[in-house]
Amino acid sequence: MLIFERGQAGRRAVAQAPSTTDDLHDIPAALQRKQKPLLPEVGEMQVVRHYTNLSRKNFSIDTHFYPLGSCTMKYNPRGAHRAAMQAGFLGRHPLAHESISQGFLACLYELQEVLKGVTGMKGVSLTPMAGAQGEFAGVAMIRAYHEARKDHERKEILIPSAAHGTNPATAVMCGYKVREIPVNDEGDVDVDALRDAVGPQTAGLMMTNPSTCGVFERSVREIAEIVHAAGGLLYYDGANLNAILGKVRPGDMGFDVMHMNLHKTFATPHGGGGPGAGPVGVGERLLPYLPIPMVGKDEIEGKPRYRWLTEADIPQTIGRLSTFMGNAGVLLRAHYYASVLGREGLLRVGEFSTLNANYLMKKVQDAGFQLAYPKRRATHEFIITLNKQAKELHVSAMDFAKRILDYGYHAPTTYFPLLIPECWLIEPTETESRDELDGFVKAMVQIQAEAENNPELVRGAPYSQPVRRLDDVRAARELDLVWRPTAEQ
Amino acid sequence: MPYVPHTDEDVRIMLDTIGVASIDALFDEIPAEIRAKPLLEIPSGRTEMDVTRLVGERAAADGNVINFLGAGAYEHHIPAAVWDIISRGEFMTAYTPYQAEASQGTLQVIYEFQSLMAHLTAMDVSNASLYDGGSALAEAALMAVRANRKSQSGRVLVLENVNPFYCDAARNIVGNQHIEIVKVPFDATTGNVDQAALDAYAGQDFAALVVAMPSFFGTLEDVHALTDWAHANRMLMVAVVNPTALAVLTPPGEWGQKGADIVVGEGQPLGVPLSSGGPYVGFICCRNEIVRQLPGRIIGRTVDLEGKRGFTLTLQAREQHIRRSKATSNICTNQGLAMAAATIYLSLLGAEGLARVAQACHANTRKLIASLSEIPGVSVAHQSAFFHEAVLRLPKNAAEVVAALAEQRIAGGLALGEFFPDHENALLVCATEMRNDADIARYQAALRQILA
Repeated sequence: MLIFERGQAGRRAVAQAPSTTDDLHDIPAALQRKQKPLLPEVGEMQVVRHYTNLSRKNFSIDTHFYPLGSCTMKYNPRGAHRAAMQAGFLGRHPLAHESISQGFLACLYELQEVLKGVTGMKGVSLTPMAGAQGEFAGVAMIRAYHEARKDHERKEILIPSAAHGTNPATAVMCGYKVREIPVNDEGDVDVDALRDAVGPQTAGLMMTNPSTCGVFERSVREIAEIVHAAGGLLYYDGANLNAILGKVRPGDMGFDVMHMNLHKTFATPHGGGGPGAGPVGVGERLLPYLPIPMVGKDEIEGKPRYRWLTEADIPQTIGRLSTFMGNAGVLLRAHYYASVLGREGLLRVGEFSTLNANYLMKKVQDAGFQLAYPKRRATHEFIITLNKQAKELHVSAMDFAKRILDYGYHAPTTYFPLLIPECWLIEPTETESRDELDGFVKAMVQIQAEAENNPELVRGAPYSQPVRRLDDVRAARELDLVWRPTAEQ
Repeated sequence: MPYVPHTDEDVRIMLDTIGVASIDALFDEIPAEIRAKPLLEIPSGRTEMDVTRLVGERAAADGNVINFLGAGAYEHHIPAAVWDIISRGEFMTAYTPYQAEASQGTLQVIYEFQSLMAHLTAMDVSNASLYDGGSALAEAALMAVRANRKSQSGRVLVLENVNPFYCDAARNIVGNQHIEIVKVPFDATTGNVDQAALDAYAGQDFAALVVAMPSFFGTLEDVHALTDWAHANRMLMVAVVNPTALAVLTPPGEWGQKGADIVVGEGQPLGVPLSSGGPYVGFICCRNEIVRQLPGRIIGRTVDLEGKRGFTLTLQAREQHIRRSKATSNICTNQGLAMAAATIYLSLLGAEGLARVAQACHANTRKLIASLSEIPGVSVAHQSAFFHEAVLRLPKNAAEVVAALAEQRIAGGLALGEFFPDHENALLVCATEMRNDADIARYQAALRQILA
């Protein structure tokens, strides 16, 4: 039932709105609303019950193992939520004077420093509001760099074929053409193809490492040299930073610019699809172009004094990308997380996410499933292909994914990367225990048996969820995006 | 170690299963010469208790400020139920609803949000939200250029009294696609558009006209005439609106003869705290005819294989994970949590409650500017109808006044000198329903003293 359908004309939550009404005599009648908007007419308890019950129709990290590859669904510490939800931070206006904002600015400054440390970058701006906006900021900086050098012929961004869809979409938003570079059958970029592709038209290369194939790009130094020698810059997509935290830094691999997904690596809640935060880090060459605002620190009479850095400080900045300063609440949660973990804890993120993935990969392989890259180490994630099941049993990767919901596990990422047929990308994260991983393998084995003995059962899944499989074709063909009373049966 | 549950025994069993001697051996594909050294520049970890105390002190240091500052972010009462529900792990720690059957909660909330926003703006459809108001304006400009097939110029006209932060963000986001934002000046006496300056663009090729209601100065334009002007000149009408105001002001779908084509704005006033600037929630609505140009995530209602009603991601062929370089935008999330807060807020308030909030804001702002105008040398800058903000002219540099007010823990407004020439003494103020007579009296006393 929709919240609209729970209403009765004239019912309302009285205590939540001002008790007085006021005429609007000084606003011209032509600008006043004639007909009230069609909002629900419900009481407070109805609202609480409605949304509490809706929440129970979700899988979440707090309720289920959620091994969604490339999304890093690790535990989101409650302490971080509480820290960010304090009255002093929540009530602070984004344009409040610096003299009454020192607490907030101190947290942001410290976060900038931690992110520089773990990435090996020289400067960090926290302002991008999501990974995709971080990508945008990064590629816009690459463009600003070439333009400042009057190097106007560089019109192309190189992207490995397995990349996230945001990479090519971002390059186009920044005014570039995209050229794809193939990936070889061990998951590495085809270095010879890259060598053939670079030239005076190359603005840069966007790369994820560990790659979207779930393996570490072993030729990364060589790739960096080839792109740099051609005059291009290297962009690091931080989607998989969790795997290498404390083990190897993008700055040391040769990257010039990167974004981090704090909602992945720094454990801030995914919120059902946002808000995230996608800070950008840069090496020496791109420092003048970082997006604003950033936070600077001065010493006044031996005491730190934090302030916003704006165009006046960074005249060549690519500018502001949000109304104010970005997703502050997400940044505060990441600051808390980094403070609790410290350098030892951050190192263990990389270690234990990699341990869990390699353990799970071995167990899955021992159970008879086909790995996409059996000769490689897993990073924090790995890929299996259910191509054989699809061909021989006519049970697809999507069928397996729907069925595992019935076993109480969120499905891994399906059909990504696109170059592996019928694939699952599995990322357990460091916060899961060995027993949880063992339980997941057990469920996979059982589904395999079902696929062999009773494939219809798997093809019809799920059975345990609020709805059965949904008709996506009808959703797109008979668009119903807004509830209207006339549309009701 | 924090948030990692492994015992030594677990680690031993796991390494044995994999067949390696140490965790470090799992990183043997990383070339040795680039392996990281210990991260000595990062401090050691601390306990929950220690970090909570540290950030608690910092939050307290920034707290207890009384707000007369708006300029795109507004302090409203947020019913307790809103964030109690949002903070449930099932909403907080879920992700993008790719597995629709296991995400019906999030999906239905988005469908309800889309419905609420469409009704509030009187438009046909809404998406699942964008990052914030500024980036929503950028997406609206891009969308208008795609959707207006009569226009080839890639230029968009924007009234200069649209929030300058929005304009900045939009220009920085769309600029690399050769889309130009051209500003139309305002009339200094009204704060509204300089009609003669606008008329100079009549007949020229622009994809859209962008008009805000209320304007950045709080004033109310003749949106009906502007909408008809845009359409007469083959431009799409893009409305930038405050959602609270829409409870009492004409919704963009009813502007002029044909209504606005695209509507964007900042949803923060709907149950999202000021929270230092984010996460907020941008919204974008449009007419049915151009829904396929709408960026970002969209949820549709459908049925399952037993005919039962359900919700799913739809029109995904516009999106980056399918279309890659041909996508309408690179966006791949919405602002899920803040969007859910807005949904619950609007459900609790209803049309009557939201109208009362809007009326109280308007009444308080009227009181505020009347009270402050009693101070010698202080006057109201614009002779126009306003919603819940207004510009005051001070006898002194406004930035200095704001700094002095901050010492008394009053956020007194936004000094406009930084944004507009000849506005060094102009101060943009706001009073929402949260301000009472005592707050206004305190502000008046403080300002009187500073200006004395």
